[in-house]
Amino acid sequence: MAAFLLRRLLQTVPILLAVALIIFILFSVIPGTFASSMSDDGRSVIDVQVMERMNKEFGFNDPVYVRFGKYVAQLVQLDLGTSFRTRQPVTKVLAERMWPTLLLTFASMLFSIVVGVPLGFIAALRPGSWVDTVSMVGAVSGLSLPKFWLGLLMMYLFALVLGWLPSFGYGDGSLRYLVLPSIALGVAPMALLARTTRAAVLEIMNADFVRTARAKGMSERKVVQWHLTRNALVIVLTTIGLQFGTVIGQAVVIEKLFSWPGLGSLLVDSVTLRDIPVVQGAILLIVLSFLVINTLVDVLCALIDPRIKYT
Amino acid sequence: MKIRANLLIGGILFATVVVAGLLAPLLAHTDPVMDANLMYAEEPPGAEFWFGTDAQGRDIYSRVLHGARISLTVGIVSQLINTIIGVCLGLSAGYWGGWWDDFVSGLTNLMLAIPSLIFALAIMAILNPGLTSLLIALGLTNWSFTCRLARASTLSLKSQGYVQAAKVLGYSDIRIMLTQLLPNMLGPIIVIGTLGMGGAVLAEASLSFLGLGIRPPYPSWGSMLSDARDQITTAPWISIFPGLAIFVTVLGLNLLGDGLRDILDPQSRTRRI
Amino acid sequence: MSAPPLLEVRDLQISLAVGNTLFHAVENVSLTIEKGETLGLVGESGCGKSITALALIGLLRPPLIITGGEIRFDGRDIRALPSREMRKLRGNRISMIFQEPMTALNPLSPVGRQIAEMFVLHRGATWNEAEKLAIEALARVRVPAPDRRVKDYPHQMSGGMRQRVMIAIALACSPDLLLADEPTTALDVTVQAEILDLIRELSSAQGTAVLMISHDLGLIANMCRRVGVMYAGHIVEERAAEDIFRSPSHPYTNGLVASLPLLGARARHGRKRLQEIEGVVPPVSAFPNGCRFNPRCHMATEICRTEEPGATMLERGGLVRCHHHG
Repeated sequence: MAAFLLRRLLQTVPILLAVALIIFILFSVIPGTFASSMSDDGRSVIDVQVMERMNKEFGFNDPVYVRFGKYVAQLVQLDLGTSFRTRQPVTKVLAERMWPTLLLTFASMLFSIVVGVPLGFIAALRPGSWVDTVSMVGAVSGLSLPKFWLGLLMMYLFALVLGWLPSFGYGDGSLRYLVLPSIALGVAPMALLARTTRAAVLEIMNADFVRTARAKGMSERKVVQWHLTRNALVIVLTTIGLQFGTVIGQAVVIEKLFSWPGLGSLLVDSVTLRDIPVVQGAILLIVLSFLVINTLVDVLCALIDPRIKYT
Repeated sequence: MKIRANLLIGGILFATVVVAGLLAPLLAHTDPVMDANLMYAEEPPGAEFWFGTDAQGRDIYSRVLHGARISLTVGIVSQLINTIIGVCLGLSAGYWGGWWDDFVSGLTNLMLAIPSLIFALAIMAILNPGLTSLLIALGLTNWSFTCRLARASTLSLKSQGYVQAAKVLGYSDIRIMLTQLLPNMLGPIIVIGTLGMGGAVLAEASLSFLGLGIRPPYPSWGSMLSDARDQITTAPWISIFPGLAIFVTVLGLNLLGDGLRDILDPQSRTRRI
Repeated sequence: MSAPPLLEVRDLQISLAVGNTLFHAVENVSLTIEKGETLGLVGESGCGKSITALALIGLLRPPLIITGGEIRFDGRDIRALPSREMRKLRGNRISMIFQEPMTALNPLSPVGRQIAEMFVLHRGATWNEAEKLAIEALARVRVPAPDRRVKDYPHQMSGGMRQRVMIAIALACSPDLLLADEPTTALDVTVQAEILDLIRELSSAQGTAVLMISHDLGLIANMCRRVGVMYAGHIVEERAAEDIFRSPSHPYTNGLVASLPLLGARARHGRKRLQEIEGVVPPVSAFPNGCRFNPRCHMATEICRTEEPGATMLERGGLVRCHHHG
């Protein structure tokens, strides 16, 4: 099992390297981008002297492969460079923002799983009923809502009008601040999980082995308990893994809306301010987080489904 | 019954938005960018300004109508780009196999490892904000599913009798791909394309909301909501209508996509992505 | 007065509900099975044999419903039995095994546990006791090293092994009646014989009656004392196995027997080409008028196209449904 985990983690390294390459190409190779954007006020004025100095300082005069080599060497030593804006090591800047994003991501996924999966189950076990129809209509709507609009409306209602919850920020880290952002972020994955679970359960209910179970004289309740649940969860788990990626990406918008001090809002601010090292580092860290979470989900799948071999 | 309801409602919603966008210059009351009268700033919805006005005194109703043009353009065009890229890569990868297939599969896995909004954001970071940049950015981020689908379909269709026959008859590879293989996978591709359009509209709104898509003063629904955030205490109605417009559009596309799936691709029950 | 037969089915009608119309997939089906007897049910795919079996065990799901007839098990009417009562019978006194062993077992549960479920459900055993009984059950179906294999998952077993597990499950509580729906069709030929032997042996040891469903005449001939031939939802002939092969009465049965390939000595004396019955089985929605076999029957006359033949009793027991039976 440990070997399996290790092997899966190692498989993420080439992907990470490839992402680093893409980021490198996007941000460090495109000529003129850097210096012109440092003096950006929307009109790309290039001060030649400033550009020369900057290029020398940040090594942009070296050939591409040398630069990439230096870049990778730095990466391996976990040196992500220095922020243009704050002159602090990028690693430090990222570390400060990592936890709030993780917290938000996990809280949203927890919400979506806890609400979405049972909803999908219930809808599937009573197909065609009003419960089913309402749930599925709700699910489609949930998938169509812009997250930040939902967040905005919830912010207005629950924070400004009713005053039950704070309207922005991380505050003292207490749960009250987490509620609105995680629900806003979690509604769409919840809707998707409800639909996926419903489809999985319906498919299993018609499977051969469920027919065998019924032939044994089992009540429907026992069929669900003993045979349905695990099999449905295996299917749903894969979707949950994929959803983590979407949520991590979408968290950017929610973090900005609620002024949540995480990697997402850092990324957006850095892009606006053209703080390239931070942008590169943030993207790498976000992708790494997603890959690690995905690996953990895979391991979980292997634990539950004996057909997945460890070797 | 339920199937046709999806198509019907989705079709009506989407058609409404398309019509609103096409006829925006006729239906709008004011020019969405130029007509800004600070005297009327932050008026609540009323007889003159159906949806109220924003902080610059612009009529929200007119801006929402014109915003439809932007969102629909982005949604349709970027998804078209995505589909073309995905089909080209997937079809060719499945058909020719070998190192090209390995490369495309690796690329697809790579794209799936990067959250799409982040990738779009990164691309917008190096391009100047605006419609064309947005089309490029969004057009490059969402082709993975189409690619996978095209590849899988190609692999399973490749061994069919009529494809072998076409080869024997001397059809060129490209001709086989376009005339024999492509038509048989159109159904699922259309479904993914429709659903993808909804995703593109949401992505454009998100990027504009973050200030990295369509910048003010152009009436993108997303950037309107970004402005609305600052006025939420004084003029909450600004937050309602642009978001409602996005919701209606995406809902229409999602329902339409679901309905089309039931007709065109009834086997993909579990692949509800 | 002799004891009533174990299973008595009279004029069973099963219908398929499509929109507002009812298509009668199975009609006028009557059969009886005595205690310990093996009855064969033969027919091509689509003739309704499987759904008849499902109806007997109460596993028909909409849009298929029983719309007529009587099913008596051990003297008791079970057609309209409330589901709680039916569940007590299912698995316990009436069991069923299915065609596809690949998909008939829960992939996420060890086979031992799936057998043990029977004892927990019907004998009130604890899981520990049930696991031990499961090992015995596996030994009875001649699975080697049963104490180890009890922990295996279905995907770790071959098709034949899985079917043995299915039989172990079905016979775990010594049911009175076993419904076997094409149990060997999906298996390799060599394994088929073993499985059939197993079923024959265990059923005679436990006194279990068997309804053996198959499209394979040879198999049926080997296993069963009496045979029913089904076509398009009707039983067209029902006789003792030896009679039906020696002198089939119904043209369809005749066709089935004639289509058996002749090998070796018999081939030298007779036809060398494979005989077939022309045409295909009609779909439920398009059953012909009159005798349902008439479009494919070379003996068909005008009356066959308009009137459904009634049942004619034959000497030496048995019945046939044909206007021109031989």
